[in-house]
Amino acid sequence: MKRTIAPTVSAPSANVSWLRDAADFARKALAITAKDIRVEMRTRELFSSMFVFALIVSVLFNYTLDLKPTQAHDVAAGLLWIVFAFTGVLGLNRIVVAERDAGTLQALLVAPVDRAALFVGKWLSAVVFILITQAINVPLFALFANLPFANLLALLPVFVLGTFGFAAIGIMFSAIAANTRMREVLLPILLLPLVLPVLLASIELTASALAGQPLDSQRQWLSLLVAYDIIFIVVGLLTFETITQED
Amino acid sequence: MISIQHLQKRFSYTWVLRDVNLEVGAGEFVALFGPNGAGKTTLLRILATLGTPSGGRVSVNGLDVQRDAARVRRLIGYVAHQPMLYPDLSASENLLFFARLYDVANARARVDALLHQVNLFSRCDDTVRTFSRGMTQRLAIARALLPDPPILLLDEPDDGLDPQAAEQLSSYLGETRTTLMSTHSLARGLALADRVALLARGSITYESSTRNLSVGELEAHYRAHSLSAERERLVAA
Repeated sequence: MKRTIAPTVSAPSANVSWLRDAADFARKALAITAKDIRVEMRTRELFSSMFVFALIVSVLFNYTLDLKPTQAHDVAAGLLWIVFAFTGVLGLNRIVVAERDAGTLQALLVAPVDRAALFVGKWLSAVVFILITQAINVPLFALFANLPFANLLALLPVFVLGTFGFAAIGIMFSAIAANTRMREVLLPILLLPLVLPVLLASIELTASALAGQPLDSQRQWLSLLVAYDIIFIVVGLLTFETITQED
Repeated sequence: MISIQHLQKRFSYTWVLRDVNLEVGAGEFVALFGPNGAGKTTLLRILATLGTPSGGRVSVNGLDVQRDAARVRRLIGYVAHQPMLYPDLSASENLLFFARLYDVANARARVDALLHQVNLFSRCDDTVRTFSRGMTQRLAIARALLPDPPILLLDEPDDGLDPQAAEQLSSYLGETRTTLMSTHSLARGLALADRVALLARGSITYESSTRNLSVGELEAHYRAHSLSAERERLVAA
C-alpha cells in the first residue's frame, strides 16, 4: 500500500536567534523542574525521606554531643553540613536514579531537549529540594543546639552557594551512577570526595556566620566556593551529553 | 528515510549485531521479527539515538544518528519496552509535559485528541499508576505520536494490549509514517506492514514484501532462521 509522508515536526532553521534558543532552553529546563516538583508534591517520597533523615541525625548529634552555647557554633557548622551532605545524597538518588529505574530517563533522552537543559532542569530540582529541607531543618537544629537565631539569616547565602555546588556535582555523578548496577551505593562513593571542597568552604563560612562575622571575613573560602560552583555547573553543562550517553 | 549499513554492536565481548543492512523507504512500514536476544531492541535503541553503534552507518532522513542526534530526535517517535511514563502523573499531565519538551503547538487540544484516539479520554485525570498494562501501553503510543513524528520506532507496541486494542493498533499509528516495528506476532506484523525483515545471527537473514506472503510461509522462514541461529549459538557456546 502506498503511503504519503506528513511530517509536522520541522527541524529548526539554522538562523534561529540566540535569544530564541535561550528561551527554548530555559522553558524546557523549567518544564523538567516543574515536573519533578509536581511528582514530589504528589508522592512526597523524596522530601519525606530527606526531611526525616535530617531530623533524626540532627536530634542524635545534639543528644550525643550535648553542645554548650560557647562551643555550639564551632561544632554546629560541621554537623549541619554532614547532615545535609547525606540528606542530599538521598535526594540525588531519587532525582536521577529513580528516573532511570522507571524508564522515564529514556523518554527525556529521546526527546529533542538539549542535554545541558536537562542538566539545568535536574540541577534546579535538586537545589529546590535540598534548600527546602535546609529551610526546615536549620531552625530545628538551631533550637536543639542553642544556636543564635539572629544569625540564621546570614546563613542563607552560604546554604544557597553550598547547595549550588553540591547539586551540580551531585547531578553529574548520579547520572554516571545511574548507568551502573550498584547505583545507590556508588553515588556517595563517587560524590563525597569530589564535593569535599564545597563542604569545607561551606563549613568555614557557616561557622563564621554563626559567630556573627560577615562573610567578607572569610573571603578565601567564599572565593573557593563560588569558583567551585561555577566550574562544576559549566562542566555539567558541557559534559551531560557524554555522561548520559548509554551503551 | 531509514538507512542501516553494516551496523555492528557489541556489549563487552558479545556481538549482538554483526552486519545489519536494512533500508526503510519514506512512508514504508517494516515489521522486524526475530527470536529473543536477536538484537531487535538494540537496533531500535540505536535508531532512537539511545545507543551507540560499534561500527557501520545508521542514518535517519539522511542524518547520522550519532553526529546529528539532536535533529534526529525531532523526527522520531519511540515506543520502548518500558512505557516511559511517570506513574504518579495523570495521563494528561504526562502528555502535556512531553508536549512542552517537543514544542507541540496547541498542546491541550493535541493531548485531548490523542487521548480520544487511544480511548483513554475518560481516564485522562487518573494517575498512570492506576492503569492496566494495556492502558499504559496505549498511553505510551499516544506519547510517541504526540509531536506527529514522520518516523515511528516501535518495540513490541502490541505487548500488553488486549486483542481489541491490538486490532486497533493500525488506526492508532496511522498510515502516513515511516515505521519500523519489532513484534513477536507474525500475523499482526504481516497485517500491518508493507515489508517484513527477520533479524537473526546478528544480521537480517530474510526480507520480503508482505504482498502474497502468507502467515504460514512467514512462520516457516521464521522457524528455519531462528532455529539455525539457535544452533549456531549453541555450537559457539
